[in-house]
Amino acid sequence: MADATTRSLPSAAATQWLMSMPPAARFVLHGDAAARAAAAPVWGTAFAEQACRAEIGNGRAALWLGPDEYLLLSADIESEAALAASLEQALGDLPHALVNISHRQFALEIRGPHAATILSGACPLDLDLAEFPIGMCTRTALAKADIVLWRTAAEVFHLEVWRSFSGYVTGLLNEIALEFHRV
Amino acid sequence: MNAPIDGLRTPSGGLVDRTRRISFSFDGRSYEGIEGDTLASALLANGVHLTGRSFKYHRPRGILAAGSEEPNALVTVSRDAARVTPNLRATQVELYAGLIAESQNRWPSLERDFGRINDLLSAFFPAGFYYKTFMWPRKAWKALYEPVIRRAAGLGRAPTHADPDRYAQRYAHCDVLVVGAGPAGIAAALTAAASGARVMLCDETAQFGGSLLADGGALIDGLAAQAWVRQAIESLQSNRRVTLLKRTTAFGYFPHNFVGLNERLNDHCEKPPQHQPRERLWQVRAKQVVLATGAIERPLVFPGNDRPGILLAGAAQTYLNRYGVRVGTRAVIVTSGDDAYQTALDLKAAGIVVAAVADLRPEAIGALPEAVRQAGIEVLPASTVLGTEGDLRVKAITLGRVEAGSIQPGQRFECDVVLMSGGFTPSVHLFSQSRGKLQWSDALKAFVPAVSAEQERSAGACRGVYDLGDVLADGAAAGTAAGEPAATGAAQRRFSVSAPKRGSESYLGVLPQATSPSGDKSFVDWQHDVTTRDLALATREGFQSIEHVKRYTTMGMATDQGKTSNLNAMAIVAKSLAVAIPQVGLTTFRMPYTPVTFGSMAGTSRGDLFDPVRTTPTHAWAQARGAVFENVALWKRARYFPRGNEDMHAAVARECRAVRNACGIFDASTLGKIEVVGPDAAEFMNRLYVNNWANLGVGRSRYGILLREDGFIYDDGVVARTAADRFHVTTTTGGAPRVLGLMEDYRQTEWPDLKVWLTSTTEQWAVIAVQGPNARLVLESMVEGIDISAAAWPHMSVARGKICGVPMLLFRVSFTGELGFEINVPSDYGQSVWEAVFAAGRQHGITEYGTETMHVLRAEKGYIIIGQDTDGTVTPDDAGLTWAIGKNKTDFVGKRSLDRASMKAADRKQLVGLRAKQPGVVLEEGAQVAEKPGQQPPMILIGHVTSSYASSVLGHSIALGLVAGGRARIGQTLYVPMPNGDLEVEVTSPVFYDPTGARING
Repeated sequence: MADATTRSLPSAAATQWLMSMPPAARFVLHGDAAARAAAAPVWGTAFAEQACRAEIGNGRAALWLGPDEYLLLSADIESEAALAASLEQALGDLPHALVNISHRQFALEIRGPHAATILSGACPLDLDLAEFPIGMCTRTALAKADIVLWRTAAEVFHLEVWRSFSGYVTGLLNEIALEFHRV
Repeated sequence: MNAPIDGLRTPSGGLVDRTRRISFSFDGRSYEGIEGDTLASALLANGVHLTGRSFKYHRPRGILAAGSEEPNALVTVSRDAARVTPNLRATQVELYAGLIAESQNRWPSLERDFGRINDLLSAFFPAGFYYKTFMWPRKAWKALYEPVIRRAAGLGRAPTHADPDRYAQRYAHCDVLVVGAGPAGIAAALTAAASGARVMLCDETAQFGGSLLADGGALIDGLAAQAWVRQAIESLQSNRRVTLLKRTTAFGYFPHNFVGLNERLNDHCEKPPQHQPRERLWQVRAKQVVLATGAIERPLVFPGNDRPGILLAGAAQTYLNRYGVRVGTRAVIVTSGDDAYQTALDLKAAGIVVAAVADLRPEAIGALPEAVRQAGIEVLPASTVLGTEGDLRVKAITLGRVEAGSIQPGQRFECDVVLMSGGFTPSVHLFSQSRGKLQWSDALKAFVPAVSAEQERSAGACRGVYDLGDVLADGAAAGTAAGEPAATGAAQRRFSVSAPKRGSESYLGVLPQATSPSGDKSFVDWQHDVTTRDLALATREGFQSIEHVKRYTTMGMATDQGKTSNLNAMAIVAKSLAVAIPQVGLTTFRMPYTPVTFGSMAGTSRGDLFDPVRTTPTHAWAQARGAVFENVALWKRARYFPRGNEDMHAAVARECRAVRNACGIFDASTLGKIEVVGPDAAEFMNRLYVNNWANLGVGRSRYGILLREDGFIYDDGVVARTAADRFHVTTTTGGAPRVLGLMEDYRQTEWPDLKVWLTSTTEQWAVIAVQGPNARLVLESMVEGIDISAAAWPHMSVARGKICGVPMLLFRVSFTGELGFEINVPSDYGQSVWEAVFAAGRQHGITEYGTETMHVLRAEKGYIIIGQDTDGTVTPDDAGLTWAIGKNKTDFVGKRSLDRASMKAADRKQLVGLRAKQPGVVLEEGAQVAEKPGQQPPMILIGHVTSSYASSVLGHSIALGLVAGGRARIGQTLYVPMPNGDLEVEVTSPVFYDPTGARING
């Protein structure tokens, strides 16, 4: 059989304010401080000790999701398998759980002066820059969908969305944004 | 009184623009108003007082108030057939060009209303009449009485079309939320904002300023009141940490300072902006709340107090000073305090004849009464009102004199308006909703906030502070305290105010009447037509609690929630019970403060966005193949794939035969998947599931059962061990979130010692089931890295490999009873791998099938579906699954419960097959099963049908059911009672097809 298998991406939003991000390699890493210490040099970013903070570097990111849970993102999808293998090697026998979830979810980026306001149409968090600063990330709700929300710049938010919620989340954001971005 | 058009409009003054004339229609007649008008002010400017018919007696009613407390002037405003809003208060409807409004609860017209007969027959409609009459015959209540009463006692009609408007919602957070932008609220917002706090200020009206908008002469800090308001609002607007919301009602106060606001964005626009939502529901979480909700003028209770043309005195002042509208030409003012004297002066200055000011107090002394006398207006102290005259408009009032406790007839005055003022009732609705404690004030004759339950403070008139200087200071102090709750001794902002001192003398209850009062009704609750007699009747019949009186008389239960009536009603009840008012108690204030549209509540949750619609990676393919979908939890799943003119029955029959005879392909992606990983993964699984996982080898899988603590089946699914420390657990489609939740609960709270973690991988994998005798033929050339031959790879094997060049986790499993495989590939590849498998399967007769076929195939094999064949009361043994329980396990969730005697009783309902004696009859799912035929209700029933299908493969119908002691009854004949008689069924094994399992191991 041919290997010409193509990826069918869950979302194709492409407007000035709402963009589907390219596919990424994604892992959930569970483990204690020792596991994180072992993984950090391989991953190439620190693992934030502060709750709800993301560390970035080298096209990679590690997002604090829980006291022993991090979401790892890498723009380099070609080396997905190699990344997993090198992380597993570095973690060795340290108790941990590394699970590949590259296809479980996709990312949206919402940007512009209305970004926080649009999100506030469905997300109950306080998105004031002082309360939800750049680099903050958390699991939260966008109306009836679970998302991971990460502020990457003052007017830019990165959303991690489970793929089957693609239609709902993009539809909802478009509906909310209609009064700001006339089509 | 047909005053000439515009004759009632003053030549200047107010916050309206006389150069911009606006035409509108009311009950089909055209009128003209001006910019800045409400529907009420425009109607009054046209001399129209009659705006509605009362709820029960259909009495003519006019505009009573100028704000949201209006009980009478309820109108329906429509833009088109779909944009119809009933029950709006005309006092809140802002005028726009072409506005179409209609009165309600009248037929055929407002002037000649047939329902008026109710007023003449009112002796037959006392309070609670519907509890006493219309009882027999019973059936007539639903068919006749209730519909007729509901139509007669109506409000507006709900629109019949779907609402085409858009509604938005927004979450907001602030340090200080100020509710109400009158003087207290504005002062509070100013000082809170000055402290650097994030402030939100909302007001239900179209303009900030509250009572200052109708104030004729006050000076604040040297500025006229309205200029001061403008300056204050401009200063707030320039602060980017302040959010100002006009036309925004704080309608609900929820725990932890969570306040619901309803913003009406464009109801006032002639042409609403195309993409703008009509309303926005704000869900505000405030660190501190300042309530500056003001006070509502209290009407007076006297015979005939509901005639059109009888208004609150403050409303008349507002119509004059804010809208430039004279509410009439000849007025009589009845008052309990000084406040209405200012109104008398304002009206006289505007050219209205004030025939008299009737003061309820024994003496009318002080600066304002003196000024009124000086103006040549007759002041009559020690007055009461004995009655009024007029049909569609008041035309005269008869006063009485209270002399040494007795009532003497007084003067009769012809007039076209009566203005009444019984003092003020602080608006404590939101405070009360916040569960704050109220306290009765004898001085104010009102309840005022005493103890806050939230981080909240009231300021100004809503806590009984009425004098403008005091109100501003009170607001400023509240704003300072809310803005800097930690700071103490902050300098208090003072405002220099020049305004007449306002008293706070209020009146409660019925005005003094002679022993045999006039025959006319004295209304307490205008909107629900509750009179003094109704309240007296209620207490006479033994109702003592105000909550009971309220329900019996429906006092305060209309859409205005008794804003103008509650305190008078309480006073009347207290008097007739001879107790103090606080002992009668106050009824509970509930949200919403004023009605909120369903659209606002729903927001974006409608149509496609009502709930998430989850689709699988093959959804587009299935759609293109004409699949009929069904909802499973939030998922859309292909139910069957009809070809040509096939109905479901025909399509499913064909799909079933294809799987049994050749090969079928099915999307199982929606099954929940949880990756259980860590050194203690096997121990964790052992503690949770009934099965023994310690002896499950890597590369093998097993059917797992999860119980609740009570021993009943919670979920099931195939669990694979993909590494020593890694399990791939599948759950039912609908059970995925709750199983993960239950697992996390045990992991975090019961067994935090275990080194194991859970990750949902439901959507990581697209799952393609290939089932049927030809399944291996289809896959053997495609699968890389796994020998899937029968000898090398038995049933329940699991391995990683590749397909079409992408990584794959392959299962050899079957939910059909046939040789089967489930291909798991990363979801982005799901569609292309599916298409490749489908193409490769063509030569082997591959057929796409849906969930309905899956259900039939599994039922033929007696495989249960959680939630269909189980209902939360089924144990593994009931379901015939004892074999799955690990024999030597010391514990698992639910194990102890399974040892209870009742869980082992022989007559528990057990899963069996039910075969109808007539092969073409498909039993109804949910139908009951009886042991004896021909029973009449109440029958003795021993079980029910859980699953039932026509089986094209077997040539007869099949069913599964739960039957008491079912396994011991195999071979017996039982009966399924149906409306047309009993259906005979034979109890069988639940496995109808291939009982030896030869095919699955093929």
